[in-house]
This record gives sequence, C-alpha cells and structure tokens, in this order.
Amino acid sequence: MWSFIHKLGSPPWFFRFSGNVVKWLLPVTIAVLFVGAFWGLLVAPPDYRQGNSYRIIYIHVPAAVVSLAGYYVMALAGAISLIWRIKMADIAMKAAAPVGAVLTGIALVTGAIWGKPTWGTWWVWDARITSMLILFFLYLGVVALFEAYENKAAAAKACAVLSLVGTVNIPIIYKSVDWWYSLHQPASIKFTGESAIDASMLYPLLLMITAFYGLFALVVMMNMRADLVWHHRQSSWVRQWAGFE
Amino acid sequence: MSVPDSDSLSLGAAFYRQFLRHGKALISSPADLVNPLLFFFMVITLFPLGLGPDPERLSQMAPGILWVVALLASLMVSGKLFASDFEDGSLEQLCLAPQPLAILALAEVLAHWLGTGFLLSMVSPLFAVLVGLPTQALPVLFMSLLLGSLCLTLIGAVGSALTVSIRRGGVLLSVIIIPLHVPVLLFGSTAVVEAARDGNPVSWLALLAALVLMSLALAPLAIGAALRISLDNG
Repeated sequence: MWSFIHKLGSPPWFFRFSGNVVKWLLPVTIAVLFVGAFWGLLVAPPDYRQGNSYRIIYIHVPAAVVSLAGYYVMALAGAISLIWRIKMADIAMKAAAPVGAVLTGIALVTGAIWGKPTWGTWWVWDARITSMLILFFLYLGVVALFEAYENKAAAAKACAVLSLVGTVNIPIIYKSVDWWYSLHQPASIKFTGESAIDASMLYPLLLMITAFYGLFALVVMMNMRADLVWHHRQSSWVRQWAGFE
Repeated sequence: MSVPDSDSLSLGAAFYRQFLRHGKALISSPADLVNPLLFFFMVITLFPLGLGPDPERLSQMAPGILWVVALLASLMVSGKLFASDFEDGSLEQLCLAPQPLAILALAEVLAHWLGTGFLLSMVSPLFAVLVGLPTQALPVLFMSLLLGSLCLTLIGAVGSALTVSIRRGGVLLSVIIIPLHVPVLLFGSTAVVEAARDGNPVSWLALLAALVLMSLALAPLAIGAALRISLDNG
C-alpha cells in the first residue's frame, strides 16, 4: 500500500500506471455513458408533470454532483502538495481545476435550460443555484490565480492554499445561502430511506453519475499526462516513449 | 535607542511592535485612512442617482446597498495590505523572524482593520441616513459592520498575501476573494434587514461573530503560508 503511494509520486511510474488506467477506463466510461444516456434519454418513461423536459437531469445532476466532488479532489491534492511536497499532487490539482469549472458551468447552463420550460424563467436566485454559481466562481478564482503566477511551482502552492480556504468556506457558503433563501424542491435522491424518484428513472441517473465520475477521472488523468510529458520533455523516459531514442 | 535582540522578544512584544509599526504607517499617510471612507460615501451616492430618489424604495434597499459598498471598500484596501512590506523587503525579515509568521501577520491585519474597517463601521450610520435606513436599524448596522469588516479584512488578507507578488494583482484579488465574502455579506445584510423591519437580528449577529472567531483562528495560518509562497514567486 505505502509503496504504491510512494510510486505515485514518481513521474515515469505514474505515467506508465496512468497509461494503463486510461486504456481500460476510457472504453468502460464511454460504454457506461452511452448506456446511461440511451436509457435515460430514450427508454426511461416521461415525467407525468414535466413530460420529456425533465430528461436534462441526466446531464445536469451528474455534472453538479461531480463538480462539487471535484473541488474536494482538488483541495485534497492541494493539501497533499503542501504537507508532503509531492509534485504529482501539484499537477493533479492544476489538472482538476479547469475540469471542475467546466462541469460547474455545464450544471448551471443545463439548469437554466431546464428552468425555462419548467419555471418559465432562465434564472432564479434560489439557494442551490446560487451556491452552484459561487462554486463556479471559486473554481475560476483558482484557475485565474494559477495563470497569474510566473513561477509555476509557487502557483501550484498558492492555488493549494486558496482551494483549502475554499474548502473550509464551502459548507458555510452552502448553509448561508440555504438560510438566505430557499424555494427549490427538496433533494429527491437519498441513499437512506425511500427515494422520491422512481426506480425506472433512478437507475439511468445513477449510471450517468458513475459515468461522469469516470469521465472526470479520465480527463484529469489525461490532463496530467499531457502536463508530465511537457515538463519532462527533455528526459529520457519521455523521449523513449515518444520514440525519439 | 537600543534595539533588543529579536530572539529575546517575547511573542506578545513582537506582536505589539508589529501592530504599532503598521498602525504608525497608516497614521502617517492620512490619505489611506480617508480614501476608503470617501469611496464609501461616493458609491453610496451613486445608488440614489442610478435607482431614482424614491425614499420608500431606497430605504428598502438600504441594508443591501450599505453592505455591498462596505464589502467593495474593504476589497479595495485589502490589496494594499502587504504591498509595501513586500516591496521594501520587510516581509522577508518577517519570514526570518523567530516568532511565527502567522502571528506577526495577524498583528498587521488587525492594525490595518482598525484603520479601515473599524473606521468605516464607526461612520457608517452617517451614510446610512443618506439612503434612508430606518433609525432603529442603525445600531445593528454598526455592530454588523464592526464584526463583518473584521471578517472581510481577515479573508481579504489571505487574498492579499496570495496576490502580493503579482503585478496588477488588484482585479485578481477581487476575483479570488469575492466568493469567499459571500457568507459575511449574507449574514450581515440579513441582520440589518431584520433590524429594519423590527425582526430579530441577534442570531445573524451571532453567526457573524462565529465567522469572526473562525477566521481569527484559521486565516492567520493561511496568510502565513501564502506570504511564504509569494516570496518564493517574487
């Protein structure tokens, strides 16, 4: 176990390991994504009140779930980089930030598209939408801070501090926005107790959430691999991999 | 004047000296004290001009206007917090000091707050009259700004420490700090709204106080780490 974690810190080892992971994760994720999308968008029954427009939740909910988890992944990588000074954690954090920002953006845009036919408006300032928007800002802040630093090693450390401060803040932001205003329907998926969503609609949704987690891991890993190759472009293992030696 | 060896300074004494040093620097440049207040005054004036002079509507919006403008004023001054220390090299000396950087930075932040946020909350009732905030809400406005501005300054100091080594970091500071300011704004303005309609503002003030305590405990750690990173970059 420990030797595995130590090996993760070595760029050539991680590059080979992630190459193998991508090789099987890519087809699996795409398969799950297709099955989930097909099931959710075509097979699952239409909602008795919202008709077919509810089907956007198969994109909206997974994007929202993974975007929040992505922030914690980013902050965890930041903490690892600050405490143990592992460079790979810097690279992971830098790779996760834009992916999380895009997922948050997707959740906001699909939410607006769903809101127009359902609520009759593109935007309402309700608790969950507002929290999501602030999460989007938090992500953009991390990306902007990274871009502004000249010294990229210092940039990663600075982003780590910022994302940790954000992590402390996220529950407070969520709670404060929740108290501030709430007209959203209560959360309808619960892992304990009876779920308010029918099984025929729930299973494809769970599949899509799984697929989005896979997609997040995949894109972050591919991002990291691209970064690694660029950073170590002079080293022999990259030149060997690219076929220059 | 004999300067004692810095190793022999107790933590309290070092804190006090750092506090005085920054306080004196603020007093010696009155413009730094007055400009945020002028900014507050002028931006408040923009609201009746932009929204129309209807006193009914203005007094309804007054808590939000006052709080948002106070937040902007705090953002504006946070950028300067560590700038001069960074430029003249005293930040490096602070890092080398035997006392923990987080505590020394906290002294500086508190002195900065006394010169900006504290002053602003003292004079805020005057400006509140301009936008027709009901009189019974004035004490709560003062209290909420007193607590809230301390919180805004502490969080802003984290942002300032992170961006001090970046040229033209001003806008970037706002971008990274505004989302973190959201809970402070919500608790503060809701307290004033409650007071204005004779509700119960105490619980909101208590939440603000909790935020102050939490940021007093945690923000200095982040500020210390961020200052060291900024020195690496610059």
